[in-house]
Amino acid sequence: MIHARGLTRRFKVGKGGVDAVRGLDIDVEAGQLVAFLGPNGAGKSTSLRMLTSLLPPTSGTATVAGRDVVSDPAGVRARIGYVGQKNSAGENFRVRDELVTQARCYGLRRADARRRADEVLALLDLEALATRKPGTLSGGQRRRLDIALGLIHRPGLLFLDEPSTGLDPQSRANIWEHILRLREEHGTTLFLTTHYLEEADTMAERVVIIDHGRIIADGTAEQLKGELAGDRVTVTVHDEPEAARAAEVAERIAGSDADTVERRTVRLRVPRAGRALPEYLRYLEALGVKVATAETARPTLDDVFLALTGRSLRESDESRRTAPHDA
Amino acid sequence: MSVRLFLRDTSTVFSREFVPVLREPLGLLFTMGQPLLFLFLFGPLLAGTQSFEGQESPWQWFVPGILIMMCLSGPMMAGYSLLVELIGGSMERLLVTPLNRTAMLVGRTMKEFVILLAQAALIIALAVPLGFRPHLPGVLTGLAILVVFGIGLGSLSFVLAIASSPSGNLFYGVTQLVLFPLILLSGVLLPMDFGPAWLQAAAALNPVTHIVEAERALFSGRFADTSVLYGMLWACVVAATGLAMGTRAMRRGI
Repeated sequence: MIHARGLTRRFKVGKGGVDAVRGLDIDVEAGQLVAFLGPNGAGKSTSLRMLTSLLPPTSGTATVAGRDVVSDPAGVRARIGYVGQKNSAGENFRVRDELVTQARCYGLRRADARRRADEVLALLDLEALATRKPGTLSGGQRRRLDIALGLIHRPGLLFLDEPSTGLDPQSRANIWEHILRLREEHGTTLFLTTHYLEEADTMAERVVIIDHGRIIADGTAEQLKGELAGDRVTVTVHDEPEAARAAEVAERIAGSDADTVERRTVRLRVPRAGRALPEYLRYLEALGVKVATAETARPTLDDVFLALTGRSLRESDESRRTAPHDA
Repeated sequence: MSVRLFLRDTSTVFSREFVPVLREPLGLLFTMGQPLLFLFLFGPLLAGTQSFEGQESPWQWFVPGILIMMCLSGPMMAGYSLLVELIGGSMERLLVTPLNRTAMLVGRTMKEFVILLAQAALIIALAVPLGFRPHLPGVLTGLAILVVFGIGLGSLSFVLAIASSPSGNLFYGVTQLVLFPLILLSGVLLPMDFGPAWLQAAAALNPVTHIVEAERALFSGRFADTSVLYGMLWACVVAATGLAMGTRAMRRGI
């Protein structure tokens, strides 16, 4: 469905330039659900805007739904759906009117457009809101309307830019229900960006992590976590000198790395915590170090990002929150 | 084939913009308000002055002027509505559809024009009892020129809106800075003939001046007047420039 090679986008900023996306290579097969994960400003939206023909790439090529984004943007547009970050419906227009307009934008005749508008209204539980204006809808309802607009022409490939950002947990779950149903019932290929780690983790079958305009990891969430992060073991002892000794002995455990000591707590990463913890506790007992608590945790995608970049996805997200534009 | 698609897309955009007007016709009443104020509160002042050398009714001179003023503010409003949609996400959503880019501009401007034509009809109808004598073929030709001119202005206003997003400050600044000089320097409200030479020279450089003069000639049925030719030329130049820049701006990505 998507084949991109060396996709690059440079923005002029004052006299210099910013490379928002630097050489993106990606292949997405039909029917996949891909989550594009990265902090704000990593190049997610810019990549999406290039793949959807909104923004011409500075260099590189991309074939989307069988058409070239540069030489045949109209061909790409006819075959894909796109749900942007902001609200898709105009404030002056009624919900159903916008859906009819959208259908006509794809060349449906007036009567067919009306029929199709009613279909997607039903599909996304929006029937009761047909004559309302977007300003009177709740956040979750607006997002459902955005998705309805993106689905009006039954695209085989749907791009969603942060589909659940800013919604309460219940609305998020509801949006996901609709997204997953789409995939089940129509086999729609879904390519979405998110900065919610849990979402990418639980919903997507493939996670692509992007940072500073480059793809830094690509695989299933389980693969990434297993290969790049590993489990976490946390042990607390009774005083700081003992913690230092506990940290020293941790190096004996096979495959462990990146142990940190914080006052009376020692944290280490291991390939498999279930095997490492008993071993570690035996070492500590032999040393005469008394352990107060011991915990293990499965890694999160944040741990993957941390392992890859040395930064936490949440932190880099916070520090960029003030930037006016999400590139 | 592609002409048919262009017309279809233009009609799609036009009906999108026009349906809300039909759903809330009260808003139309307000857009009618301003030109009527000019007609009734400013027109009589003009009619009272003796500067028209008794050639024809001052209404003959003033009614085309009001239409031009509306023709300037309509497209500006179209640009404003585009700016709002650019700042929100609805423009982006339309740009991802295969909708023809030029049709997006033309369809929006056409909506402003249907409103302008309704306003024109109302004003002409109200001015007739005051002494305005429209020359029908002239009026129709004049309105056609205004449509061409307005499409160009509308597109330029869209280019400005695109350049101004996401903050929009540039748009408000430029429209304020450009619109008033254009109106004042065109002789829409008062004849330029009485101004100093430098003002007249500046007015001669203003495309709006030529459109105004063409409209005045046409509304009185003087088809052979050279100002008609210049007016038509300027309208075409503005339309061609506007559409070329507008389509280019859309292609470059927003």
